[in-house]
Amino acid sequence: MYDKGKVLAGLAVFVVFMTFPFWFNIGATPFKAPELAKPKDAKNCVESVEWMKTEHMQLLNDWRDMVVREGTHEYHSRFNGKEYLVSLSKTCMKCHDDKEKFCDKCHDSLAVSPYCWDCHVAPKGENQ
Amino acid sequence: MNTNRRSLLKFAGLAVLGWSVKPALTVFAAGGAGPREAILFASRHGAPTGEKALKAGRWAMVIDTSKMTPEIQKKCIEVCHKTHNVPSIPTKQEIKWLWTAQFSDVFAEQSHPYLEKLTKRPTLTLCNHCDNPPCVRVCPTKATFQREDGIVMMDFHRCIGCRYCMAACPYGSRSFNFQDPRPFIENIDMEFPTRTKGVVEKCEFCAERLAEGHLPACVEVSEGAMAFGDLDDPGSDVRKLLGARYSIRRKPELGTEPCVYYLI
Repeated sequence: MYDKGKVLAGLAVFVVFMTFPFWFNIGATPFKAPELAKPKDAKNCVESVEWMKTEHMQLLNDWRDMVVREGTHEYHSRFNGKEYLVSLSKTCMKCHDDKEKFCDKCHDSLAVSPYCWDCHVAPKGENQ
Repeated sequence: MNTNRRSLLKFAGLAVLGWSVKPALTVFAAGGAGPREAILFASRHGAPTGEKALKAGRWAMVIDTSKMTPEIQKKCIEVCHKTHNVPSIPTKQEIKWLWTAQFSDVFAEQSHPYLEKLTKRPTLTLCNHCDNPPCVRVCPTKATFQREDGIVMMDFHRCIGCRYCMAACPYGSRSFNFQDPRPFIENIDMEFPTRTKGVVEKCEFCAERLAEGHLPACVEVSEGAMAFGDLDDPGSDVRKLLGARYSIRRKPELGTEPCVYYLI
């Protein structure tokens, strides 16, 4: 075998780099879901909390197309059967009226920066 | 295939026979899903279906130039720009949804130097929500689209700022955001989004108000100088006005079929 030393050294460097994320995080505190400011008056969201946690981005995307492209303004909840107005500012943000204490908490900790607020006006908790 | 004169003539004869049964003109100009949908016309999207929503076959606006005073015009522009977070940028980069221009500029082909009273009069101008909108046909992303009830809408999410629509619109009804408009909005209305840099915008006939059962904001404050209604309904206000008074439209010769009518 030629260049045994170089190959082994290269392999060692490769293994160190590949496993870097694992050993770098040894002893680090595990990720904690941030505490969100929940709406005071509302008892439930348009869908179940668990579903909203995982699917809210899909829901918002669907709502956008419903209102803008299809002209549908009613949303029938599968959770409680009620009808909701399809609107970010008039439905979502009426309950979650503080973007910093609700949206930003998760988005910041996960390094996600949605561009919703470039156009839509973010509420600053004035209602409470 | 080896085509000789005999088979070519046979084929051409059959084709001529076919076209005489179904002329190309109808295929191109009115052969789509609806009477207003065809190959040369823009495709259309759904209109609101909700119970509260105002519905129409074809929305149109009628502006009575004899009742329209500069004060009313100012009120209309203010309420429009306030409800839709239209920034006031005092440069060439201004954003306009509803504005005034000289009659002789708005109706360049329909005025002459001796229409002395008319030519200098400020005339309210907005997007004409054409029946055959060129802006919709040129939009590469379909950010500009037309609804079944005729309203030419903007999907601000989808606009890539190519400005083809601005080049295509013969009325200059569209504005481009060269910069972030937010610093130029005095009181931001929470219920309506602002726009961002790099997006085209224009009047949408207050589609968001129609969905909730309200007339457009400018019509509401116009003190009767503006009417809004369904062109397909012979009993509607707009049809009655158009039947009773003489009316003109902007650049009718272009075939865009504008749906904003001016009573003279």
